[in-house]
Amino acid sequence: MIVQVIVKANTYFDSVSLMSLSTKANQIDGVEQAIIAMGTEMNKEVISNVGLMTVEIEEAKTSDLMIIVKAENERICANALEEIEELLTKKNTTKGTSEARYSTIKSAAENIPEANLVVIAVNGAYAPREAKKALENNLHVMMFSDNVSVEDEIELKQLAHEKGLLMMGPDCGTAIIGNVALCFANAVRKGNIGIVGASGTGSQEISVRIHEFGGGITQLIGTGGRDLSKEVGGIMMLDGIKALEEDEATKVIVLVSKPPAPSVEEKVLAQIQLCTKPVVVWFVGGDEEKVTKAGGHFAKMSKEAALKAVLLAGADESKLNKRALNLPLIEEVRAKLTSEQKYIRGLFSGGTLCDEAMHIAMEKFSDVYSNIQREPEYRLKDVKVSQGHTFIDFGDDQFTQGKPHPMIDPSTRIERFIQEAKDPSVGVILMDFVLGFGAHEDPVGVMLPAIIEAKQLAESEGRHLEIIGYILGTELDSQNIEGQVNKLIAAGATHASSSQNAGLLAREFVVKGE
Amino acid sequence: MSKINELFNEKLNVINVGIESFKDDMSKQHATVTHLEWTPPGRGKIEIIAALDKLEEPSVAKKIEAANKLAVERIVNSQPVLIGFDQAINVVPGMTKTTILHAGPPITWDKMNGPMKGGVTGAIVFEGLAKDLDEAAALAASGEITFSPCHEHNCVGSMAGVTSASMFMHIVENKTYGNIAYTNLSEQMSKILRMGANDESVINRLNWMRDVLGPILKEAMKLSSNGIDLRLMLAQALHMGDECHNRNIAGTTLLIQALTPLIIQTDFTTEQKKEVFEFVASSDYFSGPTWMALSKCALDAAHGIENSTIVTTMARNGVEFGIRVSGISGYTWFTGPAQKVIGPMFAGYKPEDSGLDIGDSAITETYGIGGFAMATAPAIVALVGGTIDDAINYSTKMKEITTTENQNVTIPLLNFMGISTGIDVQKVIQTGIMPIINTAIAHKDAGIGMIGAGITNPPVEAFEKAILALSETI
Repeated sequence: MIVQVIVKANTYFDSVSLMSLSTKANQIDGVEQAIIAMGTEMNKEVISNVGLMTVEIEEAKTSDLMIIVKAENERICANALEEIEELLTKKNTTKGTSEARYSTIKSAAENIPEANLVVIAVNGAYAPREAKKALENNLHVMMFSDNVSVEDEIELKQLAHEKGLLMMGPDCGTAIIGNVALCFANAVRKGNIGIVGASGTGSQEISVRIHEFGGGITQLIGTGGRDLSKEVGGIMMLDGIKALEEDEATKVIVLVSKPPAPSVEEKVLAQIQLCTKPVVVWFVGGDEEKVTKAGGHFAKMSKEAALKAVLLAGADESKLNKRALNLPLIEEVRAKLTSEQKYIRGLFSGGTLCDEAMHIAMEKFSDVYSNIQREPEYRLKDVKVSQGHTFIDFGDDQFTQGKPHPMIDPSTRIERFIQEAKDPSVGVILMDFVLGFGAHEDPVGVMLPAIIEAKQLAESEGRHLEIIGYILGTELDSQNIEGQVNKLIAAGATHASSSQNAGLLAREFVVKGE
Repeated sequence: MSKINELFNEKLNVINVGIESFKDDMSKQHATVTHLEWTPPGRGKIEIIAALDKLEEPSVAKKIEAANKLAVERIVNSQPVLIGFDQAINVVPGMTKTTILHAGPPITWDKMNGPMKGGVTGAIVFEGLAKDLDEAAALAASGEITFSPCHEHNCVGSMAGVTSASMFMHIVENKTYGNIAYTNLSEQMSKILRMGANDESVINRLNWMRDVLGPILKEAMKLSSNGIDLRLMLAQALHMGDECHNRNIAGTTLLIQALTPLIIQTDFTTEQKKEVFEFVASSDYFSGPTWMALSKCALDAAHGIENSTIVTTMARNGVEFGIRVSGISGYTWFTGPAQKVIGPMFAGYKPEDSGLDIGDSAITETYGIGGFAMATAPAIVALVGGTIDDAINYSTKMKEITTTENQNVTIPLLNFMGISTGIDVQKVIQTGIMPIINTAIAHKDAGIGMIGAGITNPPVEAFEKAILALSETI
């Protein structure tokens, strides 16, 4: 063992800093013991007790700094002394955040009187408690969390309703409030169309189509998928419609949902009847007659809904590019597919996009299966095995247990995609790629190698495999939609310009003998 | 206009709970977003959350709010004044010649840790009850010595808190509410009884304190007509850079400045007075116990208020950390294991030499100084991670678990924010934020003394037990 001593005359450091330095010095590799201390009698006594007393130390004065290092060899000693020197001269320049920190909603609310909305994305077991706190503090709530009981949802929504607050969710992934996209939403123009949506990607699709048609959004209110169930009774949608009706900036209202429970549908239709503003209704697979009777504007599909909305909001129809279906392309693809290639396989990250494509297919085919089919008969027996025309929502619970949502990690679809590509009965594989806030930075890029591989495989087996991709997004989204489209086309896939067109193209490609 | 329509017309100002990337996305869109430092309440334990929920029922919450308001009012309005010094046997309730008071919740001799055993045996020798440490240990084990927590005798004791009959005590009277608190005198640094040291030098110093220092201070204070207003002095000390737990240089200077004109008027010899002044000058810690007595005096006035969830005591005996809560009157302790103290050590010692957290000094944090007032003591930030920002963060974080700010004692650096006052058991459990405590580190073995200083936290178990008890009683 080597002991080295340095005594720095007339060098003062306070004892607390020196204790801290000693502690750090003792952590230097190879150092058996390091002591950095002022030359007080007490410190000298300690040094003596541990057997490191030297003449220099004995002579050190109270105003002298003593540095003692005990280490295995001279090299380590010298290094350590150098490091200690650095520690002594180092000024801590770290600047902490001046940002105020709060641990509870109550405390944040009390300290930020301007706060008006709470976004809650914690485990569903704790989410209702936090939402309640927010509402009690007169804050609007958007709850991304799922796995919340329907009882809790009802309690929260009733409380919000009584207080005149928004209770968006649970399980609400999409909203745009005051031109700010929340959680999973797209960057769209500000305008005069308000949306109330019980389905996230459905609302995203409408907002994006409206944007593409030159229109814009006032507010997009999410309700959570269960709002229009019999139990919850559409509390949020009804309050949302009322708020948009009263909102001066909103000229047209669009409702997006799966068909509500009959008792709730009645309430919603009654509310539409009370509206002075035009209300466009897109209930995927919904009933036109009832909506029309209530004075609403029925839309069977998403693009249609967006188009109706922008026209009602004052757009000049003659100037719109309605993105009509590419009929020659349909003929071309039909000719390439063999008679065995009968089926569509839709692999979706967006639930409503899946639903829409499925409903479009159901208009012409009876053997349409899915993990989200409402009819039990047509629900996939095994979600891992496709039957007939199969549409899978990878965002459904069966696929997201312990895994990220496919909008965050699109790679969860790759394996299934390859499986479908190998199936000779498949004519078309349809996929969505969702851009916008919250979504993956390069969803097309993630699937690209698989698409190229699938195309090559089909070609080697002498068949044409049609791959349709729909990219949900706007040029304002951070992912660069043009780049995404180009990647898709370069890989030999067909790019559909909307969810609606994607569903229609897929269906028409595999129609036989028309 | 409905609140929803109001929202449409306001600038969005969001509190984000949970996924942080949502905050980043909203910030990119120029929304004002505050990300909450959120953890599952009650560490996610169902029975604890149920207790919290019960206490948050509107009718219950209302009662608690009123009780807590009263409790913190009493803490804030307390005016502790130093009125004298005397031997424990003369003033401390329940003190006998064979009683030894100790820090923290109750503990028996066999369970005491090294430093406390060292202090106890030293005190027994000092009191002349045994001729040496071995005999003292045998006596301590015999059952003839009454062990009792300082806190159960209106006292507090630094570190091991060992307090025996002939030791001189501060006498601090609460001029607002009339109660009195006591604590013994600083032995200065660092090979001392309260840290577990007990050799001849320690006993000799205790003898001198009993024979010279104590009597001089006693006589001096008799000459003071109104006593010394400690709260006023504390407020000054904080403005001078003390947090009054681990940094006491300003407070000690102020205190001796007030005592000096009195001391010089006493009938003791100049040599003895000089010894006193030299003793005070030998360590900044001289006023450390004084602030503990002040804190105890204010907090005792807030104890026993029905339905209150305010913590009135945090104290450790080296094995267990115990808290007392205002709403559960008397001496009910909620305990958990004493924690390690993390911080710089004196040259020559290593973390494994440390004894666990010990002492009644956490009464200062319970009052709102010490670790809670770290931001006012930039000189000792090395204790808490090294930067001024760390210190500020500690002080502002404590607002999250307290009930009010004490405007009588302020922190200039934080825009003269009052010290965070009234630790609420509910808020601790809700946020998972534990009170921050500045403290000294005693060697784990008897007979050695202080070896460092640093920070520690109470064990969450103590607060969990308290919230369960509160939910059953309120």
